[in-house]
Amino acid sequence: MSRKISILIVDDEASVRDSLYNWFIEDGYLVECAANAKIALSILENESYDIILADIKMPGMDGMEMLKRIKLLKPESIVIIMTAFAAVDTAVQALKDGAYDYVTKPFDPDDLSHLIRNASKQIVLSEENENLKKKVVALENVEDLIGMSDSMKRVLRDIESVAPSNSSVVITGESGTGTELVARAIHANSPRRFFPLVSVHCGALSENLLESELFGHEKGAFTGAMYNRKGRFEMADNGTIFLDEIATIPTRMQIDLLRVLETKSFMRVGGNKEISSDFRVICATNRDLKSMVDNRTFREDLYYRLNVVNINIPPLRERVDDIPLLVDYFIKKYCLSMNRSPVIIEPSALKRLEEFSFPGNVRELENMIERAIVVGNGKKITLKDLPLEKTIVSNTIESLDDLEKSHIRNILIKYGWNISKAARALKVDRVTLYNKIAKYGLKSSE
Amino acid sequence: MNGKNITLISFGYFDEDFIKEVAGAVGTEFRCLVNIKEGYIDLNEFYDPLRRQYNGTRLLNEVENTYSSDGFKTMGLFSIDLYIPILTYIFGQAYLNGRSGIASCHRLSNERYGIAAEGKLLIERFAKEVIHELGHTFGLIHCHSITCVMRSGTYVEDIDQKSANFCPECCSILNSI
Repeated sequence: MSRKISILIVDDEASVRDSLYNWFIEDGYLVECAANAKIALSILENESYDIILADIKMPGMDGMEMLKRIKLLKPESIVIIMTAFAAVDTAVQALKDGAYDYVTKPFDPDDLSHLIRNASKQIVLSEENENLKKKVVALENVEDLIGMSDSMKRVLRDIESVAPSNSSVVITGESGTGTELVARAIHANSPRRFFPLVSVHCGALSENLLESELFGHEKGAFTGAMYNRKGRFEMADNGTIFLDEIATIPTRMQIDLLRVLETKSFMRVGGNKEISSDFRVICATNRDLKSMVDNRTFREDLYYRLNVVNINIPPLRERVDDIPLLVDYFIKKYCLSMNRSPVIIEPSALKRLEEFSFPGNVRELENMIERAIVVGNGKKITLKDLPLEKTIVSNTIESLDDLEKSHIRNILIKYGWNISKAARALKVDRVTLYNKIAKYGLKSSE
Repeated sequence: MNGKNITLISFGYFDEDFIKEVAGAVGTEFRCLVNIKEGYIDLNEFYDPLRRQYNGTRLLNEVENTYSSDGFKTMGLFSIDLYIPILTYIFGQAYLNGRSGIASCHRLSNERYGIAAEGKLLIERFAKEVIHELGHTFGLIHCHSITCVMRSGTYVEDIDQKSANFCPECCSILNSI
C-alpha cells in the first residue's frame, strides 16, 4: 500500500471508540474519533477520510442521516454502518443510500479485518484507476497538438471550450493539418473520454458499404452478410463518432444521417428493430461546406445540424512560428521510435523549412523529418537530407502566377502582413504589392 | 535491544514452568532479562455476565494504572476470555508505544477447539501473543510478513502460522529504539 489509509470512527459510546481506535492503530491506520454525527461532519468539512465507520444509533443525528450528508460532502469516502441488531431493512436502506457495507456489533475480529482490508483495497484501486485515467488524458493532450502560434492557441482554446459540451463540431482544415488529432483532443477532454472514439473515413467507402458501416447489418441482409454486425453509431454508444471527409457523403445518405442525428436511433441494414445510441458527432472536411450548401450538393438542414461549432485549423504556412517546435517534436518522436541518439537540425535547414509552403501541411513536415532521420548521418539534419526541391516540383504549383502568389503569401506571413517590410523584401513598391494582393485575393488570416 | 526492561505479571493461577518458558522466549526475542511477578486484580469487576467474558480494555487500563511504571514494559498475563466492546473476543491488546499490554491463553489451548491438549504448543502460542503485544508497546504495528510475530492473527491457526520472531524490518525498528 502506497499510503496510510485513514479511518474516522463515529460512535457515541466511548468504549467502542477506544476499542476500535486501539485495534486500527495497531494495524497502522490513521485513526480519528468523533462522539457524534455533528462532530464527524464538522471534521469532514475540513478533512477527508478514506473509511468512515459510523454507528447507526446515536443521539441527535443518527447514522443514516449522517450517511446521506457524508455522501454529499465526501462522496469518495467509504462508509461502513455499525448496528447493534441485525435489522435487515435498515441495513438494506443503508446500502441503498450508498453505504459500502454494514456490520453487527460486536464483530468477529476476522470479519472486521477482512472488511477494512477489502475497503482499503478498493480505495487503492480507485486511486490507481483515477491516476491512470489522468495519465491517459495527459498523454492524449501532450501527444496530439503542437503549436504556440496565435492561430494554434485559438484552436486549443476552442477545443478546451467545446470539449465538455455535447455539441456537434465541424473541423475544417486543409489535408494534413491534423483534423483527426483535433477530434481526438476534443474527445479526450470530454466527459465521454472513457468510452470509444469511433472514426469513419466517409470518403473511403462506397455508398452501400458506408450505410452498412455506419448502421451495421443483420445476418443475410445482403450477399456476404454472414453475421450480425454492429454499426459505428452503435459502437460509439456513450462515446464520440468522428466522420472524416463528411463532404463526400452521398445525398441519399445525408438524409439518413440527418435522421440519426435528430433521433439518435436507427435500424441496422436488413433489420427491423430500432436501436438507440448516445453519441456525440464530430466531422471534418477540407472542403467549404457552406458553398456546397449553396450549390445544393450538401443538405442545408444537415449542415446546420452538424455545424454547431466550427474549428478551423490553419495551414502550416500560416503558422510558420510553429515549425521549429514541430521539427523538434518530430525529431524526438522518431529518434525515440527508431532507437537513435537525438539529432539536431542545421540552422540553414530549419530556415528553409520555415520558408517552405508545405502544401501537405504538418503531415508533410512530419514525413520530411522522419525521412531525414532515416537517410541522415545520425548526428545532424542538413539541407540535403530534406526533399524540399522535389516537393516543390510535385506540389500543385504549375503556373508562374501560382508560384508568384505562393511566394507573396509566404513573404507577407513572414513579415506579419507588414506591407512595407514585405514590399522591401520582394524588392517591389507598396502599390505593386497591394495590386498583387488584390489580384491573387490574398487575405490575412488574423 | 539491550537496555529494555520487561516485566511479566501473572494474574490467576499459572504453572511456574509455563511462565518461565514464556519469559524465556520473550527474553530471547528481545535480548533482555525478563522479570516475572505475580499480581492480583478482582476480576469480578471486569466480568460482563451477558457476554460471559472479561472487558480487556478496562483490564489493560487497570494494569497500566496499578502495575506499570516508567522505563518498563509491563505485560499482564491472564487465562480468562477477553473481549473489547466492539469485538467478540481478543487474544490480547496493548497500548501502542505505551507502557503496558495484556494477553490471555484462554483461547489458545487445543482443548477449547476439541483437540487433545498439547502443552508445548500452548506455550509457543502464548509466547508469540506476549511478544506480539510487547512489540506494540515498543511502537511496532502489524506486519505483512507471513512469518513475522507482528503479523495480525485473529485465529489460533494464524498464530501457528507465524514464528515467534520479528522479521528483519521489525527487528531494525526495534534496534533503532
